[in-house]
Amino acid sequence: MENFTPASALAGGLLIGASAVLFLLLNGRIAGISNIAAGLLAPRRGDVSWRLLFLGGLVVGAAVVHSLSGNVTTPRADFPGWLLAVAGILVGFGTSVGRGCTSGHGVCGLGRLSMRSLVATLTFLAAGIATTFVVRHVFGVAS
Amino acid sequence: MTRLVTTLVAGILFGAGLALSGMTNPAKVLGFLDIAGRWDASLLFVLGAAVGVTVVAFRFVLRRDAPMLAAAFELPTARHIDRPLVIGAALFGVGWGVSGYCPGPGVALLAAPTWETWVFLPAMLAGAALHRMITARHIAERQVADGVTT
Repeated sequence: MENFTPASALAGGLLIGASAVLFLLLNGRIAGISNIAAGLLAPRRGDVSWRLLFLGGLVVGAAVVHSLSGNVTTPRADFPGWLLAVAGILVGFGTSVGRGCTSGHGVCGLGRLSMRSLVATLTFLAAGIATTFVVRHVFGVAS
Repeated sequence: MTRLVTTLVAGILFGAGLALSGMTNPAKVLGFLDIAGRWDASLLFVLGAAVGVTVVAFRFVLRRDAPMLAAAFELPTARHIDRPLVIGAALFGVGWGVSGYCPGPGVALLAAPTWETWVFLPAMLAGAALHRMITARHIAERQVADGVTT
């Protein structure tokens, strides 16, 4: 566990939680990224600017932390592009069918003590763990 | 106007949290999901801290009649555990386990985009669009079957 970073993980988690609480308290909305992004695909009048602002905020917040820490994610040179595209389609399709992702079901849904979100969170965690196992230890792709 | 400012602030906090916690690094995410390898438990702390905050604070927030800057809360209304919920979450989990990306980091990485960002993000939106198209067709077919002419 040489990469174990509990302090920054805790601090980041607190920021994410604080964001979700503020957004619900002030704007009355769930900070679920998949929903906020997918809503732009069928734009409705008066329903676009807040989505763009939240997503733009995500980018700005990440940029600020990157510039302060100097840590920028390096791309995986050996990761197949087609596999990343398939994964992206699965993430977009799955979160749309299941109506939520790590933020909507994980952070916000569990916070609301929603049974649907608990089931969804356990399901995507289990599927993610099983998939990573197959990719890394059965097919031996060390990505 | 105020609502748009608070939306931006919430987005910035969320993005900062994702980057600080390591969620925007797919290698770190996969190190967490790979419990049979050199398991990196860090992301358990991310989810634990975030949910710890929401579980406690949401109780007080949702006791209010309305949010501070809007007329009403906009919360999901579905209650039942149904097949789309489980199948969708499972498909998402597979994509997450292959790539190391979930939607938030996929967007936040526009802050320092690489070729991975330009592949993953459009693919993710295409996946969501695909589901919308299928759903729209289903609804149209059902309306035809039900004799709805609108």
